[in-house]
Formats: sequence, C-alpha cells, structure tokens
Amino acid sequence: MNSSSNLINALFIFVLAGFIGFEVIRRVSPLLHTPLMSLTNALDAIAVVGAIVLVGEHKSTLSAVFGFIAVIAATSNIVGGFFITDRMLKMFKSSRPADKPVAK
Amino acid sequence: MTAEFAGSQIVIELVYLIASVLFIFSLKWMSSPTTARHGIWAGEIGMLLAICGTLLHHGIVDYRLIAIGLVLGTIVGIPLGRVAMTAVPQRTALSHAFGALCVTLVGSAEFYLRSPDISRFMMSVLSLEVILGGLTVTGSLMAAGKLQEILPQRPLTYKGQNLVNFALLACALAIAVSLVRNPGAQSLFPFMILIALAFGVLLIIPIGGADMPTVISLLNGYAGLSAAAMGFVLNSKLLIIAGALDGSSGLILSIIMSKAMNRSFTNVLFGAFGQVQTSAAAGEEAKPVRSATPEEAAAILSGANRVIVVPGYGMAVAQAQHKVRELYDGLTKRGVDVRFAIHPVAGRMPGHMNVLLAEADIPYDRLVEMDEINGDFPQTDVALVIGANDVTNPAARSDTTSPIYGMPILDVDKAHTVMVIKRSMNPGFAGIDNPLYYLDNTLMLFGDAKAFVGSIVRELGGGRS
Repeated sequence: MNSSSNLINALFIFVLAGFIGFEVIRRVSPLLHTPLMSLTNALDAIAVVGAIVLVGEHKSTLSAVFGFIAVIAATSNIVGGFFITDRMLKMFKSSRPADKPVAK
Repeated sequence: MTAEFAGSQIVIELVYLIASVLFIFSLKWMSSPTTARHGIWAGEIGMLLAICGTLLHHGIVDYRLIAIGLVLGTIVGIPLGRVAMTAVPQRTALSHAFGALCVTLVGSAEFYLRSPDISRFMMSVLSLEVILGGLTVTGSLMAAGKLQEILPQRPLTYKGQNLVNFALLACALAIAVSLVRNPGAQSLFPFMILIALAFGVLLIIPIGGADMPTVISLLNGYAGLSAAAMGFVLNSKLLIIAGALDGSSGLILSIIMSKAMNRSFTNVLFGAFGQVQTSAAAGEEAKPVRSATPEEAAAILSGANRVIVVPGYGMAVAQAQHKVRELYDGLTKRGVDVRFAIHPVAGRMPGHMNVLLAEADIPYDRLVEMDEINGDFPQTDVALVIGANDVTNPAARSDTTSPIYGMPILDVDKAHTVMVIKRSMNPGFAGIDNPLYYLDNTLMLFGDAKAFVGSIVRELGGGRS
C-alpha cells in the first residue's frame, strides 16, 4: 500500500480518537481521576504489541534485546496498572445502599 | 503475500478493532464509580485480545523470548500493583517511565532496523516518538524520586536554567532535523536519545512538590503522545487510538490541574514557584493567633450541625486518613452532617485525596468537589482543615500581590468557625503566609494531624459513654 495514504489514514484515526478521548474523559468524575490515570497507563501499555513483534521477529540482536526489555516494561504496566486500578475502585463505596443513615 | 497471510492479517486487525472499542468503553465506564469496575474488565479483555491477536502475527518466529518477557513483566508488575495507597503518586510516575521506556526502546530498534531506508515523514514521527519518550522516561523517574523523597522536593533552580533547557531541546530537534534529511546517519541517533534523557532530568529539577499534580498529568500526556507516534511508525491503528486516548486524558487532567492553580503549563514548567516567596514570608512579623486543645475542638465539633473537612497533602504525610474516618464516624453518630471538600490540586496527583479517603472507607458521596461545596461554607458551623494550606488561603481572592492570587480556593474562611490542624506556624511548602490563620473565627490546633485527630476522637468517645 502506498505510504502517503497510510499516513492520511493514520492521521484521521489519531484525530478522531483524540476527539473521542476528549469527550469521554471530560465526563470522568473528578472523584476517579487517580484510578483514571492508572487505567490509561495500563491501556497505554498496549505498546507491548510492538515490542512483542520486535522480539518475535528477531531481526537483529539489538532489536530483540530492546524489544525484550520493552516487553517487560510494558507488561509490568499492564499487570500493575489494572491491578492497582481495581484495588482503588473496590474502595469507593457509597453510603446510600448501606445501612448507615447519613443524610440528616 | 499469500492468501493465508492476508487472512491472518485481517483476523489480527479485527481483533485490534474489538480491543479499541473495548478500550473506549473502558474509559467511558470510568465516568461513575458504579460502573467503573466494568471499565477495568473491558480494558483487561481488550488487552488480552490484543496480545493474543499479536501472537498470530506471521513474522513471529521466537515465542520463547516473548513468553519470558511476559512472565518477567508480570513478576515486576505485581508488586507495583500492590503498593500502599499513599504511594500511588510515585507508582504512577514510575509507570509513566516504564511506558515511555517501552516506546523509546521500540522506536530505537525500529530506527536501526530500517535505517537508512526511512521516509522523511516516518523519520520525523520516529524522532518525535523517541524524544518525547526519552524525556518522559527520565522526567517521570525524577518525579517518582521526588515523590518518594529520595530526591529533594524543593525546587532546584540556577541562573540561566531555562536557557540551558531550551538549548538542549533545540539540540535534540536539530539532530532530528538532520536525521530526517539523512536517515542513514546512524551515529547521530544515540545523541538525540541522550539529549532527550538529559532534558527530562533538567525539566523536573526546578519543579516543587506542590506542582506535582500538573507535572504527573503532563507526563501522562507525553507518554500517550509518544505511544501514538509509535503507532504511526508501526502503522498500528490500535496503538494510535490507545495513545490518543491516553494523550487526551493527560492533557485534560493537566488543564484541570493548571486551572485549579490559576497557572499556565509554561508557568508550571519554567516558573519554579517555590523560590519566589521565601523572602516575603520571612519579612512578616509574628501576628497573634488563637489556638485550642483537643478537648475544646471536640466540644465545638460535637455541638455543630454541619462540618466540612478540608484534607490536604499533610493528611497523607501524617497517614491520618484512618483517624479522620474515626472522627467522621464519631460525629456522624452524633447526628453531625460531615462532608469533605476536595480541591482539585490537594495532594500530589489528581484525585489523590479521594483515593486516600475511600481507602479509609469514607463513602464517596461525602466527598464533594470544590465548585459544588464552596457555596455551602457560609452555612457551615465548622470547617476543619487537615494538612491543607495554599488551597484555603484567602489571599488568593483578595491580595493581588500574592503569588497565588487568582487561584480558586475553598472558601473555608466563610464558615462560622475554622479549625486548622497544623504542626507549627511555619509557612507551608510554597512559603506563602496564610492570612486564614489570623482571622477571628480561626482556631489553630497545633500538632501532628494523626495524633491530634486521634485525641479529638478520644474526647468525643469519652464525652459520650
């Protein structure tokens, strides 16, 4: 495929995804900004797919070594990121369904 | 390309499409605490699908090394997911560094595999990827070090600092331009990376602890943008989408944070806040303040109808959140309406206070954002400030000479009684004096936040039973 049409496609995707991101994240409750950041961090570690291909293709020693370290770094973000986000979200409890009558 | 290869390529792309959709839903469900955990599941499924799809890639010959990498990454990741909630800001900074490290390494490997056969556009994006990635690696490590207090939290400034930083960035860009012109110049590439790494260190050196929420958000945005650039290089739509989502998240949070401090990005990055005010604060003469004992504080609190607690970074440092929860329980039992006022930049990262209070089992509907709660202070009997300083400083409203003038604050001074738990009269982190402490309706409660709240709780319990 010719590379300039690839480029244009990629730009379209980037701009549209940016708009979606902006609209979706604008609506995230400020209450959850910390878990939001750890979640986007985990999602961002999708860069692992690039690293996996580098390691798997093993085109040169350098690319395999760099890819290998990159796989470790990204995987630790995926595992750690989802794990801590889940731990944080579990802590957020509402008083309403609970038996405690708070509103006076 | 044979039909079989094209077939597996289509399967991979479809899997990536599903993963992209799941990622977007994942963020959408973060809009409310009731749906947020679905968001994690969506993200996890998307991630798993994407990784499995990638393993179908026809060029992959070595699965063993991939497996070892995934296992090692998991071993590193588990402890990073188990850190204490008070350590979340530095953990987040560290994970920005890891994400950016991955992007920088992949970008570098791609350069050496493809050079000199790289189109101008591709080389520009690749340079952007590794420069952004490189500066995010060291910048985030510096931020993590400052948050973990391995490095001094005070901003370090020197003459001509900004000039040096700009010169470095200009050097990196100059190398990028010459690489775009001649992608075969492989020996130049490491210098571009090294300069980006050095720039990251120097960028964070002058930034103080109070600016960390903005800086962490900004680094989050950089990590996202560098991942999106990597998506351009690898022609991976999934990566472009994930990077754009992360980038916009970082950008939005940075905007919210800098608005909450009434400062621009450039001011945060190049302003070196902490240095400005030290001389002015030293010139203040001692003014009289009223102080109170835990018994007096407990009596006032138990006589109140409405109490608003204003937590700040000091509460996190003193690990007082669990004692605060006991106070909340004790007062609620007596029929006092207790709420928490959360300033966007309270703490060291966006949403920091919410996580700490949620950890202490305080229901999240008791945590109220600044704009919603500010109108309620005049009808509030007691505003109890625990470890917060600048976000309650009335000088931000009235004193045009104050360095924080114009910053939106919590109007605690409008409450009938203000109680401030503070270790001493030393000015806060930024060295700005707080006129709140000298008001007639303010009582200073001197002591460690955790110990003091503990004594109030004991007094409340003692008076009851």
